[in-house]
Amino acid sequence: MTDLPTRTGRKLGLVIDLDICVGCHACAVNCKEWNTGGHSAPLPDTDPFGAHAAGVWFNRVHSFEVGDGAESRTVHFPRSCLHCENAACVEVCPTGASYKRAEDGIVLVNEDICIGCKLCSWACPYGAREYDEDAGVMKKCTLCIDRIYNENIPEAQRVPACVSTCPANARHFGDLGDPESDVSRMVEERGGYDLIPELRYAPVNKYLPPRPRRGPGGDGPRTLAAAQTPGRAAEAETEEPDGFLGWIDRLLSR
Amino acid sequence: MIREFFKPAPEQIETSPTVSDEVKTTTCYMCACRCGIKVHMLDGQIRYIEGNPDHPVNKGVLCAKGSAGIMNHYSPAKLTKPLKRIGERGKAEFQEIEWDEALGIATGWLDAVRRSDPRKLAFFTGRDQSQALTGWWASQFGTPNYAAHGGFCSVNMAAAGLYTIGGSFWEFGEPDWDRTRYFMMFGVAEDHDSNPIKAGLTKVKRSGAKFVSVNPIRTGYSAVADEWIGIRPGTDGMLVLALVHELLRAGKVDLDYIVRYTNLPWLVIRDEGAAGDGLFARGADGEPLCWDGATGQAADARLAGVSPALKGEFSLADGSRAVPAFQIMAQRYLDEAYSPEAAARETGIAASTIRRLAAELAEAAFEREIVLEQRWTDWAGRTHDTMIGRPVSMHAMRGISAHSNGFHTCRAIHMLQVLLGSIDCPGGFLYKPPFPKAAPPGLRPVGRPGEINPATPMAGPPLGFPQGPEDLLIEADGAPRRIDKAFSWDAPIAAHGMMHMVIRNAWAHDPYPIDVLFMYMANMAWNSSMNTAGTLKMLTDRDEATGEYRIPKIIYSDAFFSEMVAYADLVLPDTTYLERWDCISLLDRPICSPEGPADSIRQPVVAPDRDVRPFQDALIDIGARLGLPGLVKEDGSPRYPGGYADYIVNHERAPGIGMLAGWRGETGDSHGTGGANPDQLQRYIDNGCFWQGEIPPDQRYFRHANRGYLEYAVSMGFVGHADQIVLQIYSEPLQRFRLAAQGHGDVQPPDAARNRIETYFDPLPIWYAPFEGAALEEAEYPLHALTQRPMAMYHSWHSQNAWLRQIHGSNPIYVNRGTAAALDIEDGDWVWLTSHHGRIKGRAKLMEGVNGATVWTWNAIGKRAGAWNLAPDAPEAKTSVLLNHTISDLLPEKGDGMRWSNSDPVTGQAAWYDLRVRLEKAAGDEAQESGPQFDAIRPLDALPARPAILRYGLRFSRAWRRTHVDGGRT
Amino acid sequence: MHPAYSVILFTTASGAGYGLLAMMALFAAGGALPIDRWFALSGFILALGGITFGLLASTFHLGHPERAWRAISQWRSSWLSREGVLALGTYVPALAFAWGWVVEQEYGGSWRMIAVITAVLSTLTVYCTAMIYTSLRPIRAWHNHLTVPLYLSIAFWTGMLWLNALTHVFGAHNPNVGMMLVVAGFLGFYVKRKYWRLIDTNPSWVTPEGATGLGSLGKVRLLDPPNTQECYIQTEMGFRIAREHRVKLRRIAFVCLFLVPLPLSVFTMEAGPLVAIPGAILAAVIAMIGALVDRWLFFAEAKHTAMLYWGAETS
Ligand SMILES: Nc1nc2c(c(=O)[nH]1)N[C@H]1C(S)=C(S)[C@@H](COP(=O)(O)OP(=O)(O)OC[C@H]3O[C@@H](n4cnc5c(=O)[nH]c(N)nc54)[C@H](O)[C@@H]3O)O[C@H]1N2
Ligand SMILES: Nc1nc2c(c(=O)[nH]1)N[C@H]1C(S)=C(S)[C@@H](COP(=O)(O)OP(=O)(O)OC[C@H]3O[C@@H](n4cnc5c(=O)[nH]c(N)nc54)[C@H](O)[C@@H]3O)O[C@H]1N2
Ligand code: SF4
Ligand code: SF4
Ligand code: SF4
Ligand code: SF4
Ligand code: SF4
Ligand SMILES: [Mo]
Repeated sequence: MTDLPTRTGRKLGLVIDLDICVGCHACAVNCKEWNTGGHSAPLPDTDPFGAHAAGVWFNRVHSFEVGDGAESRTVHFPRSCLHCENAACVEVCPTGASYKRAEDGIVLVNEDICIGCKLCSWACPYGAREYDEDAGVMKKCTLCIDRIYNENIPEAQRVPACVSTCPANARHFGDLGDPESDVSRMVEERGGYDLIPELRYAPVNKYLPPRPRRGPGGDGPRTLAAAQTPGRAAEAETEEPDGFLGWIDRLLSR
Repeated sequence: MIREFFKPAPEQIETSPTVSDEVKTTTCYMCACRCGIKVHMLDGQIRYIEGNPDHPVNKGVLCAKGSAGIMNHYSPAKLTKPLKRIGERGKAEFQEIEWDEALGIATGWLDAVRRSDPRKLAFFTGRDQSQALTGWWASQFGTPNYAAHGGFCSVNMAAAGLYTIGGSFWEFGEPDWDRTRYFMMFGVAEDHDSNPIKAGLTKVKRSGAKFVSVNPIRTGYSAVADEWIGIRPGTDGMLVLALVHELLRAGKVDLDYIVRYTNLPWLVIRDEGAAGDGLFARGADGEPLCWDGATGQAADARLAGVSPALKGEFSLADGSRAVPAFQIMAQRYLDEAYSPEAAARETGIAASTIRRLAAELAEAAFEREIVLEQRWTDWAGRTHDTMIGRPVSMHAMRGISAHSNGFHTCRAIHMLQVLLGSIDCPGGFLYKPPFPKAAPPGLRPVGRPGEINPATPMAGPPLGFPQGPEDLLIEADGAPRRIDKAFSWDAPIAAHGMMHMVIRNAWAHDPYPIDVLFMYMANMAWNSSMNTAGTLKMLTDRDEATGEYRIPKIIYSDAFFSEMVAYADLVLPDTTYLERWDCISLLDRPICSPEGPADSIRQPVVAPDRDVRPFQDALIDIGARLGLPGLVKEDGSPRYPGGYADYIVNHERAPGIGMLAGWRGETGDSHGTGGANPDQLQRYIDNGCFWQGEIPPDQRYFRHANRGYLEYAVSMGFVGHADQIVLQIYSEPLQRFRLAAQGHGDVQPPDAARNRIETYFDPLPIWYAPFEGAALEEAEYPLHALTQRPMAMYHSWHSQNAWLRQIHGSNPIYVNRGTAAALDIEDGDWVWLTSHHGRIKGRAKLMEGVNGATVWTWNAIGKRAGAWNLAPDAPEAKTSVLLNHTISDLLPEKGDGMRWSNSDPVTGQAAWYDLRVRLEKAAGDEAQESGPQFDAIRPLDALPARPAILRYGLRFSRAWRRTHVDGGRT
Repeated sequence: MHPAYSVILFTTASGAGYGLLAMMALFAAGGALPIDRWFALSGFILALGGITFGLLASTFHLGHPERAWRAISQWRSSWLSREGVLALGTYVPALAFAWGWVVEQEYGGSWRMIAVITAVLSTLTVYCTAMIYTSLRPIRAWHNHLTVPLYLSIAFWTGMLWLNALTHVFGAHNPNVGMMLVVAGFLGFYVKRKYWRLIDTNPSWVTPEGATGLGSLGKVRLLDPPNTQECYIQTEMGFRIAREHRVKLRRIAFVCLFLVPLPLSVFTMEAGPLVAIPGAILAAVIAMIGALVDRWLFFAEAKHTAMLYWGAETS
């Protein structure tokens, strides 16, 4: 049903840590790999070895630069469906193919009734919907619904493919509706935020901002004199070059 | 019905679909990191590849490449059948032949060579993981002309590390990720240890430790660094030596560590002009001496009880005078030449920043000292109650090594680590077994005059670690003995060989012509050569007199239709990594972790669907056909009829030491050493295709001086004896070469090389400007040009991968926004990048995070049209660039009439990143495509058609199963 | 946004169709049109033909046209669904009304009620069409208070032009139609001008800084996209039109939609049929061309927030 559930039992989603994402695309490719044989199989690629290769991916990693000159920094930015609470992509769907699950908040497309009108993709501010030209239906991140509850998978691995594969451990999965969950705590501690909150889609997925850099003028000591050296080397008291060889003139044993 | 219309029945979600009928573990080979994988098979197809959570390397994670393994397996660029060239070389006109014929041809060519002059076979392998086999095979064949990719890769790192600390960066060591408080990374974009580094960085960041990345470019790892130092390329040595200068000035060095573990207290002879000058003063039995402050006498520096002086000048019994190496070191780096101001001029980093970095290093090392309550016993048998950690760690790779000053820069970094006391201590840099080894390891290269004989195996492996001029592989007249001139005066410590010189030298018949060039897994006709266009000419050039190709015969093994395939006379098609046995051996490049040694295997997960054979099987077969002693039994029959799998299990390098360390011996109960175990591969498979030994906690640190560990290392065959491994900051082998250049000894460099050897074989780290830049006018080539590895692509391999090429289907030329503005270049403009050697055209991409004097692009994205079974108008060919076209294999001529190779003078390491260029906007009327463009390679007839659409996974879809699989699968 | 021809054809043809239908109904209800069945038949064919053609065209852009019927199920939340319901629903009074006029030759009395219903449903259908676009918050050029007036006024104007032509053809032109035509023309002109000004002057509301949430760290610029060849989102939402092009096309749209048809129809209004008929038809045809160009621009000029992730600087 295209009406959004008034509230969902749980709010399952992802928390992505921009502070440690190195932009390796592992999550994107592993997502494709899992899902091309999963609930939304296949995720086709057109002209795969030609000039206009284009494929269906549920997760894509962008790299941005933020700021100018010395103050700038590079931020890698993975982007997939945010499973919005106020998902207009669901509301605009004329067929009921798009829906948000009441039990866990996952936004899905029922491919059997989707007419491929693409309106939902227009309604998604985040570009998270992916059209399968070949099958004529819309597809999208399923939050790996065929993994997270999958009893054929060892319990520890019942998390989305992108989460379990991320080499930097920058992706986390959990119930963002439960303030006690690990992911909610993480969001609380690190100031996790919503993308484009002003559009009021109320995304469930959260992004953890890059931490302030301890760069030039960071919290380290400014000069060597300020750094204490323990043990025998602490006897060094001078920064005078000639003095240096002076103080080591004493017994050191092997 | 009506209800159903308005309220469609809720979708039935299969939340617990069967993932697989069968799961097979094996080892990834989408790059050289060698992660453990689990391959899920469903209905006979690969359903999913995931990281093996139990595997020591990746602990369950997988990178982008690893996850795209399925697409490598289904690539339409896979070779399908052995090929014999019928047209001109380079035209890719082949006849498909049967394996028997192919192996027969190879055997015929090689047999003739072996019986006349085995050196006429040059056997070079690229990104190979079976060097334990290939190197041994070369020795069995009797040719010294063997190496893998190391020489053009990062031999600077390996050699500098092995000659200094008996270990090295690469994936041979790693920071103590859990304990380090300060991590400094030099010139790394991705590295071989891809996944472990990412996991490690996260640990560092989560623990609140500081991560500093020194790199002209800020992407990938550097993007998440707490501090990015956008250094000018090729100047890290100055930065590091200035840090050393600062630390020494302030006395912030770990003298205890230095005295216990390094050769800095050893006495160095001061006798200018004499043959012994600069060598260590040695006692009657050759033992190095120190000045024992307790007795006031010279004493064996290796003894535990001495109290060595670090400064002073002493008279020895024989009347010579000597000073501790420490004093020479300190005096050198305390000089103003290494002041932060001096370094600032070269590096572009503010002196104040350099001072602060030094202060931060000292603070982390000494104020954040770690004291582990862990009892351990040192080499001398003394027990210590604690392990003291200096939690500063460093890692460096090709940003350091791929410069002509990389060897010394890497040594400088190791020196900095050692002065801080942070080698193999808690929180510091940790060795991974089988390291540490003696610095340098005792192995010498084989191939000196008299050591190579027709139809005779060599006495040892072709590669090794020269300790002085006597170990060089040169003729009496000083001419190189190897085709790549490794271990000659051109590159005395070319520990990994010099693959990048082979084609040029073979073409030039310098030092001699060869007959067969046998290559494996190296795309030398494109991305792994400097001067690519020139290389293609050399490969196709004919001798004017005879009309023969100057390189008469080329055998090549590849798994894909790479650019190089077109230049082979005989192509041996390999399988992909999911179709063969492989062995990641401790005898080759290990996958160990600091916690313990480890090795692993690949098992065939799927059977090849085409007429290909694992290269190792083919090599063993050829060896048996040739009758190489190690490969046949006494009766002449093949010793390993079961191919590589047979070899992996049954071959013994030395008694009890084989390819795999796990489950050895008849019963499979012994690890490390033991006889062959016929069940060994099954035991590996049962354990997830890897074996890992565990080092107890008291042997986890100070392994260069940890008795328990050293004894264990002996028992495992890692080292020959349990003596302390003394860290060699002052390098005597280098001084031996320098003395030869100064006219001492029997083996001296030719005059043209004297100056070079004398200058660059300094026993202490030095910095000099990279050669190419130094030989050119700065104004003419004001910019540095670099490449970086994209995390999602492996060199040239992955353009045939349907998924990965969507991520990096083309590569722009990245330019600093300010630099571009000054040149009137805008984002997306076509630009020319011109070096002294060649030029390329590509599209500019402006960015902030790159050193202003540096431009760069992703490595090996640009492809030759037609190769890799890509459409000829694919972006890889039409909008992408290959920087190699601008990189010369020779340096510009500079007054001395010589054109030296574009390499490090010590190791021969290819100096890819010395490249200097200028950047110009392309004229508006030029074609909107990248340059240079080559004729498209004709696609092989045997390759399958490129699909217009790929529906991988359709057979796992609900729709398919509804209609094709009875009752569906739940 | 990618200007898909099926959608452009659909909205312009059905817009003119509903406009004509609504105006026929209103004028008939007011008794200001001839009871001539041929006039009526032509009018209904034109209007319902346009509508039907438009609806059919719209299914061409569906991945599964055979499932199009499903699109009317979600009228409770989806404007597209509502539009579908109303579009289908409008056929009922429209056909009844046509029956009355063409067959029964009657449009007064109780038929008047049906006429009004037809007009209301036609208007609502166009309103729903406009609301599909208005409701799309990621697209600034659509999600605003002028999209509905724009759709309604263009439908009104193009519908009136066709009605005007019809009345000329059947010699039934009258000042009421003429008056209404001028009103429609000026209204359309006014709304279009206002719309363009709105989308030209309104600063984009979501920026790369907002899209990534990284604004507090500084200006955000794309360094590397996730894919080097264009993907679906880029082809669908990333349509870009060069400035010169845009100006030129706007000029063409403006000239064709208003500058030619309005004076042409006004100046030929009082002329004899030999001038008035071709004049009025020409005006309608040219205006339809203008409407197509204009609708093309409506899509082509619209920016989607998703493109901020691919390097767009504004949305
Ligand atoms: N400009 C520039 N050039 C560089 C570098 C750089 O940084 N910048 N880096 C240099 C370095 S460090 C390296 S190591 C080299 C790497 O250069 P190469 O060693 O040439 O590496 P690749 O392109 O990875 O692959 C070589 C060949 O291996 C083949 N191959 C892949 N899998 C298999 C297999 O299973 N079996 C067989 N038989 N063949 C297979 C591929 O098809 C390919 O043709 O490039 C060097 N070149
Ligand atoms: N994904 C992926 N992984 C790979 C490979 C691959 O092709 N793809 N290749 C494998 C191979 S063969 C190798 S050798 C390793 C190499 O792994 P890396 O050492 O990470 O190799 P590069 O990509 O050459 O990165 C060199 C880095 O040094 C920087 N740099 C260049 N010059 C300087 C300098 O003068 N000073 C400093 N401080 N930095 C500098 C460059 O900006 C770049 O970031 O990666 C291995 N792993
Ligand atoms: S796998 Fe992790 S580190 Fe890599 S791009 Fe995805 S989130 Fe970032
Ligand atoms: S991110 Fe887009 S597709 Fe996903 S729920 Fe939100 S609006 Fe819908
Ligand atoms: S494309 Fe499918 S899911 Fe999206 S709005 Fe249309 S019918 Fe609904
Ligand atoms: S949750 Fe699953 S479907 Fe969604 S991005 Fe991650 S891997 Fe892809
Ligand atoms: S780093 Fe990636 S490609 Fe390399 S072995 Fe590991 S998973 Fe495979
Ligand atoms: Mo390499």
